[in-house]
Amino acid sequence: MIQYILRRCLYALPLLMGVNILTFVLFFVVNTPDDMARMQLGQKHVTEQAVKNWKHQHGYDLPLLWNQQEKASEKLTETIFYQKSIGLFLFDFGVSESGRNIGADIKQRMWPSLSIALPSLVVGLLVNISVALMMVLFRNSYLEFSSIVLCVVLMSISSLFYIIGGQFFIGKLLKLVPISGYDTGFSAIKFLVLPVLISVVAGIGSGARWYRTLFLEEVEKDYVRTARAKGLTETQVLFKHVLKNAMIPILTGVVVVLPLLFMGSLIMESFFSIPGLGSYTIDAINRQDFAIVRSMVFLGSVLYIFGLLLTDISYSFVDPRVRLS
Amino acid sequence: MHNFFLAIFILFLASCDVSQLNNPYSETEEDLSILYSSFSERPKHLDPAIAYSSNEYGFIAQIYEPPFQYHYLKRPYQLVPLTATEMPRVEFYNQQDEILSGVFDDQQITYTKYTITIKQGINYQPHPAFSSENLRLSLAQVEAINDLTDLPQQTRELLAADYVYQIKRLAHPKIHSPIAEIMKHYIVGFDAFSKQAKTLDKTAVKSLDMAGVEVLNRYQYSILIKGKYPQFRFWLAMPFFAAMPWEADAFYAQQGLKQKNITLDWFPVGTGPYYLSENNPNRRMVLTKNPNFHEEFYPDEGDTDDEKNGLLKDAGKRLPFIDKVVYMLEKETIPYWNKFLQGYYDASGISSDSFDQAVQFIGDGDAKLTDAMAAKGIQLQTAVTTSIFYMGFNMLDGVVGGDSEKARKLRQAISIALDYEEYIAIFQNGRGVPAQGLLPPGIYGFEDKQAGMNSVVYDWVNGQYQRKSIEQADRLMTEAGYQHGVDPATGESLVLYFDTTSVSVDDRPRMNWYRKQFEKIGIKLVIRPTDYNRFQEKMRNGNGQLFIWGWNADYPDPENFFFLLYGANGKVKHGGENAVNYHNAEFDLLFEQMRNMDDSEQRQQIIQKMQNIVRKDAPWVFGFHPKSFSLFHGWYQNLKPNLMANNRLKYTRIDAASRAEKRALWNHPVFWPLILALCLFILLLFPAVKAFKRRAKEIVQ
Repeated sequence: MIQYILRRCLYALPLLMGVNILTFVLFFVVNTPDDMARMQLGQKHVTEQAVKNWKHQHGYDLPLLWNQQEKASEKLTETIFYQKSIGLFLFDFGVSESGRNIGADIKQRMWPSLSIALPSLVVGLLVNISVALMMVLFRNSYLEFSSIVLCVVLMSISSLFYIIGGQFFIGKLLKLVPISGYDTGFSAIKFLVLPVLISVVAGIGSGARWYRTLFLEEVEKDYVRTARAKGLTETQVLFKHVLKNAMIPILTGVVVVLPLLFMGSLIMESFFSIPGLGSYTIDAINRQDFAIVRSMVFLGSVLYIFGLLLTDISYSFVDPRVRLS
Repeated sequence: MHNFFLAIFILFLASCDVSQLNNPYSETEEDLSILYSSFSERPKHLDPAIAYSSNEYGFIAQIYEPPFQYHYLKRPYQLVPLTATEMPRVEFYNQQDEILSGVFDDQQITYTKYTITIKQGINYQPHPAFSSENLRLSLAQVEAINDLTDLPQQTRELLAADYVYQIKRLAHPKIHSPIAEIMKHYIVGFDAFSKQAKTLDKTAVKSLDMAGVEVLNRYQYSILIKGKYPQFRFWLAMPFFAAMPWEADAFYAQQGLKQKNITLDWFPVGTGPYYLSENNPNRRMVLTKNPNFHEEFYPDEGDTDDEKNGLLKDAGKRLPFIDKVVYMLEKETIPYWNKFLQGYYDASGISSDSFDQAVQFIGDGDAKLTDAMAAKGIQLQTAVTTSIFYMGFNMLDGVVGGDSEKARKLRQAISIALDYEEYIAIFQNGRGVPAQGLLPPGIYGFEDKQAGMNSVVYDWVNGQYQRKSIEQADRLMTEAGYQHGVDPATGESLVLYFDTTSVSVDDRPRMNWYRKQFEKIGIKLVIRPTDYNRFQEKMRNGNGQLFIWGWNADYPDPENFFFLLYGANGKVKHGGENAVNYHNAEFDLLFEQMRNMDDSEQRQQIIQKMQNIVRKDAPWVFGFHPKSFSLFHGWYQNLKPNLMANNRLKYTRIDAASRAEKRALWNHPVFWPLILALCLFILLLFPAVKAFKRRAKEIVQ
């Protein structure tokens, strides 16, 4: 197991380097350091000298990837790519183009993202599993048929509609919760009720149908027939045997998502004014703040790799047939 | 036991306050007067040497105090002392450093000296920078800090040296002040200072001298300007020229604070009526009343209608009236609008989606509130902004540019064809006034009605502007050699290229509108969508043909508009703000004459001549001046639109009791749909349970 984990970590290094290079190239294909300077300096009275000063101050007056004019290793180190991207491997995210410490901002903003994402995941999981089990329990009946239709309808509705509709109905008409906003500590609960509810409802359609498929696969197996033949009730069969075996793919599907919960949901955070990492990233893209963009892409890649590793490890725990070597 | 728990539960429910469950504010207001507002984009900078956009000024104008400010009520806008005891003493010097007195020619002026005297006894907000031990924090002490309130706070008196220090900061290249390149042409010694400070730390400016800026004594300083530049007085009313204590730079430069985002750029230090007590740009920012704020009083005179409108009720009272201002981050307009209607924001703009809900236009074109808004006691305020949106012709272009009669008539024809009255009605919800020339209303030199009409594009009919007909535009096209819009060189419709950054799906109707306007005179308009950076590049290189741009006044002087067409400001040749690269020798001469004149009949006449020149040459299609529509709840008082001043907060007042009453009235939670849904759910359970029991009894196949 340890060897496997170490090997996976080593594989991650060239992967992350590739992600870094790709992010860098894609960003600077669209934006030049001149463009970034003008974005930061504003629209009025921006002269060429001011742009030059800004670039020099922020280290963007170097070549992008290769410095022909330098000698030896400085051909590589005296470049924008090296100066801006290497620190990431030490998780030194540096400072944004507007002068804020990125690490401090990430530490502050990840908790609001998590405060929506985690309850949404847990509650959503419970609801989806319950609805899926109910559909399997009443399979081949009108109840199942109408549930499937309802799930398809729920899947077809845009998440934006859920958000705006939810804010309108529950926040504006019924006045049960604040329409948007956030607070720290337990005071945040009243702000999270609506976004969590909307996340759960918006995810029922796809989630319930997916879990229904997993449960149906199990329900057709011989051991289930044997359990029924032994006289177990349908609920006992479903909850004691089917659910346990179907949990393997469910669990691994959830584990891979766990690290990414920190990254947040852009639309949800924008409409509910949640100061999370989703809105942090998109704001940085709009402002052409390369420092934040590369930090968030790197962080997302690390979390994704970590999530996949966790998935493999958790799989080996829940399925005794799987051994990591 | 069951009854006991039931009783506890009922008691718990009864003690819960179920009114205003949707209140987004968790703390109680107690006896404080609090204004609730919002921001959609976090400010990039709060350092007054760098900040230049309106969302940043919304904060720093309440915190930093330049020596002068605009009178809150009087129009036209006029400057009055703020921290200064009086308006600056202005002296003119010739080349021999002799003071010029009596009658003299402006050509004789080599330098202008502004001497400013500061009021005594003005103190800064409480801040740890003013304690000398906080300027030598150890790494361990810095590590323990989460907030500035973790350190003891002190204050000190405002000095003339603080204003001089700020001017030096403007010149430091590492600060990247956006006005550095402008000021180096005006302030004596600015450029040399900038070169000297280039390699030094920001805090080093304290001990360096700038030739043209001098501390005369504890409360007096002077600034030496090259030549005559009367508009400099307006710059002295902007936060760029506010006071900055050297201790602030020294404090924030300490190692470790930057890693915690504790910097001058995020935690300003000023003498203003408010200080930034909470700065979480990811969620909310809070301005709190400065306990050390000096004496300042509500104006006791204004315009003729101000007393009738209740704007002099608080005349002579000490400022500010509001104790706290809470700005919440609100990125989307829908939740923001709904919270305004619920009374949780005290003021709001009006987005296009909500416009018809809020405003209706009555017969004579005036706007008034809808009945629903009026019933809530909401007030509407409109004001024509001191800005202009225009379509520019690149005067370096071979087809639309140049000084030939052919090109001029083409531009004039297009000016007639582009029906901006229609544009305003369709795309601006009527929120705009068609422009007759460079100057918007409120700027000296603007003339109303027939005297201010653009006679190239309009006729005066029945006491109103009437756009000339398309037939007249066609006639101009024919005179230009493009009969029915046909280019004689190709035998087909004349093709013109329009570079624009309006590339989203929402902008398509606007682009189609432009296309149709040009089609009226037979021109084929090709839209070239591009991103902002490529657009800027095209402007710098002179590769665009037609484009849309705008300008918002820095200060209320016509020079700030006419310089946009001054030849020496050409964008391609000189990197200036003249984006159309217009050059007319007569116009340039008049501009050089007009720009330094005091307001007078002679200046007015020169301005009208310049207006007529550009109307005839038509380097711009003078589009429109936007009109701002703002909504305020009835409990928000002392509001008068002031497009120049950003420090209006101190004059305004909140009737907190009225607001609390209205909020309680408007925000009763509605429970019955939930109860109904629960009952329906329970009802649906019965057939489900029945079906389950039946299935359980079935024989397994």
